[in-house]
Amino acid sequence: MIKGSQSIQFEKAPYLISSGSIVGKKEGEGPLGNKFDIVGDDDLFGEQTWELAESTMQKKACLLALKKARVRPKEVRYLYGGDLLRQGVATSMGTEELHIPMFGLYGACSTSGEALALAAMAVAGGYGEFMLAVTSSHFGSAEKEFRFPLGYANQRPLSAHWTVTGSGAFLVGTRKSHVRITGVTVGKIVDYGLKDSQNMGACMAPAACDTIVQNLEDFERNEIDYDRIITGDLGYVGQSILFDLVKKRGRDIRNIHMDCGMRIFDQKTQGTHAGGSGCGCAATTLSAYILPKLDSGEWRRVLFVPTGALMSTVSFNEGESVPGIAHGIVLEHC
Amino acid sequence: MDYINAFWVGGLICAIVQILLDRTKLMPGRVMVLLVCLGVVLGFFNIYEPFQNYAGAGASVPLVGFGNVLWKGIKEAIQEYGFIGTFMGGLKAAAVGTSSALIFGYGASLIFEPKMKK
Amino acid sequence: MEREKKEKAYEQYVKEKTPVHNVWTNMAKAFVTGGAICVIGQMILNYCNQQGLSKEISGAWTSVTLVFLSVLLTGFNVYYKIANWGGAGALVPITGFANSVAAPAIEYKKEGQIFGIGCKIFTIAGPVILYGIVTSWILGVVYYLLIKSGVTL
Repeated sequence: MIKGSQSIQFEKAPYLISSGSIVGKKEGEGPLGNKFDIVGDDDLFGEQTWELAESTMQKKACLLALKKARVRPKEVRYLYGGDLLRQGVATSMGTEELHIPMFGLYGACSTSGEALALAAMAVAGGYGEFMLAVTSSHFGSAEKEFRFPLGYANQRPLSAHWTVTGSGAFLVGTRKSHVRITGVTVGKIVDYGLKDSQNMGACMAPAACDTIVQNLEDFERNEIDYDRIITGDLGYVGQSILFDLVKKRGRDIRNIHMDCGMRIFDQKTQGTHAGGSGCGCAATTLSAYILPKLDSGEWRRVLFVPTGALMSTVSFNEGESVPGIAHGIVLEHC
Repeated sequence: MDYINAFWVGGLICAIVQILLDRTKLMPGRVMVLLVCLGVVLGFFNIYEPFQNYAGAGASVPLVGFGNVLWKGIKEAIQEYGFIGTFMGGLKAAAVGTSSALIFGYGASLIFEPKMKK
Repeated sequence: MEREKKEKAYEQYVKEKTPVHNVWTNMAKAFVTGGAICVIGQMILNYCNQQGLSKEISGAWTSVTLVFLSVLLTGFNVYYKIANWGGAGALVPITGFANSVAAPAIEYKKEGQIFGIGCKIFTIAGPVILYGIVTSWILGVVYYLLIKSGVTL
């Protein structure tokens, strides 16, 4: 059912059946370390390059999610996947062996939301029994793609994020589980003209605010109707800006907000500054931390809002601003 | 004494550049370009040479010194060969720094594997 | 116009919201790091002088040695840690230049000899060389014209 101007409420809400998470060494040493399914010990996952390592993570995350649900790749109708690399090669290389018909997506760090929204819509539309949504990021490949070679001696500003090495996969379908995707709010691109790619939290906060407020309006809900509103990777800077922006719109989410990027690393001991980021950040945190809480019923309803900063090195060099996007996924315990 | 001079002059140049890094949007790459160009200009105005005599390595080791070397090469080539010298002296004078970085850098690419930051 | 004003206001607001490194501590760290590297340079320089080498050759040996050490530390994944602490102190000396050559060479070796190492080795060092050469050429032309017109500098 269409809700408001940007949202959908599913009449037969699809189930989030199972998920898989795999992360690198540093993430494994973080506060959520023991919750992930697989923690790699060298960030290469047996491959020769960071890019292939990212692909391998995607494949392993997919297989994990499938294995937990005892579903074979053949039974999955469509796969929705994305990553941070140019032309989304990590997904193309990683999911090739699964032989699942697929859509390659790009929404920067918001891709997990985009993938989940599309997978849920396809299931709700009756176009298949099982859909897979998968996203990944890798610190090594992302640094190469967006910033500097890893051995280069630069000092990171305090507003900089640390790209999460990890991948999360989600099996969405009609088979019963304890978590349902009851609605989605598809985000708009929001650009406040900021050009600082080293301050992505500030670039994405306006988009997160827009989607969150829109979600509340579309569903005619109040902040308290959610146990948590969880953003993807706004980080410490982005969070404080989000609070201000939301307040300006007459809402207050301070007591129920959580940010995956702030949760996945320990800012004090791990030197990650503003927090984690990347397609893998929100996806692995959702799989390892958020879903178990929904599964057990500790949280009844959360709004999951992965956020993305939509820039490329070319647009950055040409002096363009960094637009943001955020998608809202309503997850409920059942 | 020359150690003390090298320390405080070299350190001071770095400390000043740190302000640029922390308080402006100049990225490290731009700062490096700026330093070399500054060295060329200071060399042109005959400022760097006396300064280097005082500070020794404190003035020659920072990239500003690299710019100064570039300028010295060009100046000498012009004095010897005239206009064509503007094309001859620069790279020649900068050869040691550039060649060693390229040669050792290439060598490193053969020996070392990319590693993660911690 | 309206949009531009809003963007400016947001930029200003973000600037106030964003924490920055304490510039004094960072400057102190850069001072110590940069100073220390220059002292090492001075030690090499003095040693060469003692061996009876000319000023120029001593300078060359100093550069080569420092570059070598920096490349080695880059290869062993140590140099970025020095820079993480020392900031500009590790960037400004010639060791920073050497690091900016070695780091991409190692990182991009996976993309092959020509388009990997060959092209990307200049990612950061290329501009430094280019603008150094161009600036000195322009000033060289000025210098030449000054000499021709009888001005001595």
